[in-house]
Amino acid sequence: MKAIVSVFSKDRIGIIADVCAALAKMRVNVLDLSQTIMDGLFTMVMLVDTATSDLSFGEIQQSLAESGEALGLNIRIQRKDIFDSMHQI
Amino acid sequence: MLNTIDILQTLDMLDRQHLDIRTVTLGVNLLDCAHPDIDTCAQRVYDKICRRAEKLLPVTQGIESELGIPIVNKRISVTPIAMVAQASEAEDYTPVAAAMDKAAKTCGVDFIGGFSALVQKGLTDGDRKLIESIPRALSETDLVCACVNVGSTKAGLNMDAVAAMGRVVKETAALTADRGSLGCAKLVVFCNAVEDNPFMAGAFHGPGEPECAVNVGVSGPGVVHTALKSVRGRPFDEVAELVKKTAFRITRMGQLVARTAADRLGVPFGVVDLSLAPTPAVGDSVARILEEMGLETCGTHGTTAALALLNDAVKKGGLMASGRVGGLSGAFIPVSEDEGMIAAAKSGVLTVDKLEAMTCVCSVGLDMIAVPGDTPAETISAIIADEAAIGMVNNKTTAVRLIPAVGCKVGDSVDFGGLLGTAPIMPVHPERATDFIARGGHIPAPLHSLKN
Repeated sequence: MKAIVSVFSKDRIGIIADVCAALAKMRVNVLDLSQTIMDGLFTMVMLVDTATSDLSFGEIQQSLAESGEALGLNIRIQRKDIFDSMHQI
Repeated sequence: MLNTIDILQTLDMLDRQHLDIRTVTLGVNLLDCAHPDIDTCAQRVYDKICRRAEKLLPVTQGIESELGIPIVNKRISVTPIAMVAQASEAEDYTPVAAAMDKAAKTCGVDFIGGFSALVQKGLTDGDRKLIESIPRALSETDLVCACVNVGSTKAGLNMDAVAAMGRVVKETAALTADRGSLGCAKLVVFCNAVEDNPFMAGAFHGPGEPECAVNVGVSGPGVVHTALKSVRGRPFDEVAELVKKTAFRITRMGQLVARTAADRLGVPFGVVDLSLAPTPAVGDSVARILEEMGLETCGTHGTTAALALLNDAVKKGGLMASGRVGGLSGAFIPVSEDEGMIAAAKSGVLTVDKLEAMTCVCSVGLDMIAVPGDTPAETISAIIADEAAIGMVNNKTTAVRLIPAVGCKVGDSVDFGGLLGTAPIMPVHPERATDFIARGGHIPAPLHSLKN
């Protein structure tokens, strides 16, 4: 399943590495990534594929939430469909 | 490829503009639950609702989590109970309401609608019994909602039913006086009721519906309000265009949720209701959208025109976004459930008369309006008659959900909590309509009902 991971945080060194490590541990594949600093806030959007993982979507969600808490990041994963449905005809 | 701007825009709608799915409502046919013994009928009703809706909560919670969008209410609508219960000899249908309440609690839903009767042309014995059972049923249950359809463009207005509903509203208020007359917040009187409405308190699963269906109501006043800030001072054409685009996006999301829910529940997708449904939260108000168009306070001159534009643009934008549109579809103006409406009513600018005018151009009617507790039943009936006449002549659904809050007078407020909000007591005309309502009978359908 294609999904969007979004990450918001105060900027610091190693956020992308931390998030990618958490995803790699679950065998979630990163397909695309866009990162910028908006109004001083680290903002990252990633397109990922969860099909390579043995975990269910709910388990990935839970694990990412726990990683986010441990790393001090606002991180979430949502099915890509919601963004496609709102912005593509 | 990633379109970061679109993704961030969606996340902002979810996080800061109160974008949500207002309701996923599972319609369930109960016609096969009829039985000569009312207790057996009630047991069948309980069993069937639980069987059909057992997966509703886990499925909707799963969709919420995967898509990252809140589904605020999970609800069930059922066949109008007057049709189901009238196989029994019982005079009081409250046991069926109790079974609905228990089933709703077992399934973990927020409300269950369908303690209803459709009496636009006349009352069957079962319809009469159901209407008489409403006050007790609503006072003895927590989650059951009732509605009665008293008129239609095809049939005209059943003025005997209109008179009866004024008394039923008063009696319901009295029996739930200890809870701010909360029972009346769960009672709607309709003209041209729709059979696939997912919104409470007026949801029921009409006799023309399939065995089960998933109907979804979307929301999003906050999103429309935020979007409109970018066209301040611009001509109305641009306002209409922007509302259409925004409504399209909101409705597409509703369509996705409806399809996914229908697939996972293994029942047909019914409709998406293209609605702008407010909540009492700041930033989720339809009144504030109207004010954003340039009105100092909702309810002042220009409000009806602003609402007409909004209602129309929501429909046009939403129509292409959904495979099947139904329900009430349009902007809702429930006073107690809308922070801006509450403020406008408290300031005295928004009156019941202005709200009545607004209902000519919005999706429903006089909704969640608290009036003084000593308002006579005949006055409530007369308000229902006015509103039903607007629906009948204009070929649209209208509804009345009035709360004559016992012991309250103009200047007081009654707090229902949660999404039902806080209702300032609004004045009604003291001049009586007693003789008008006492006539009874039937107001004939308008000429344009003869279309065949």
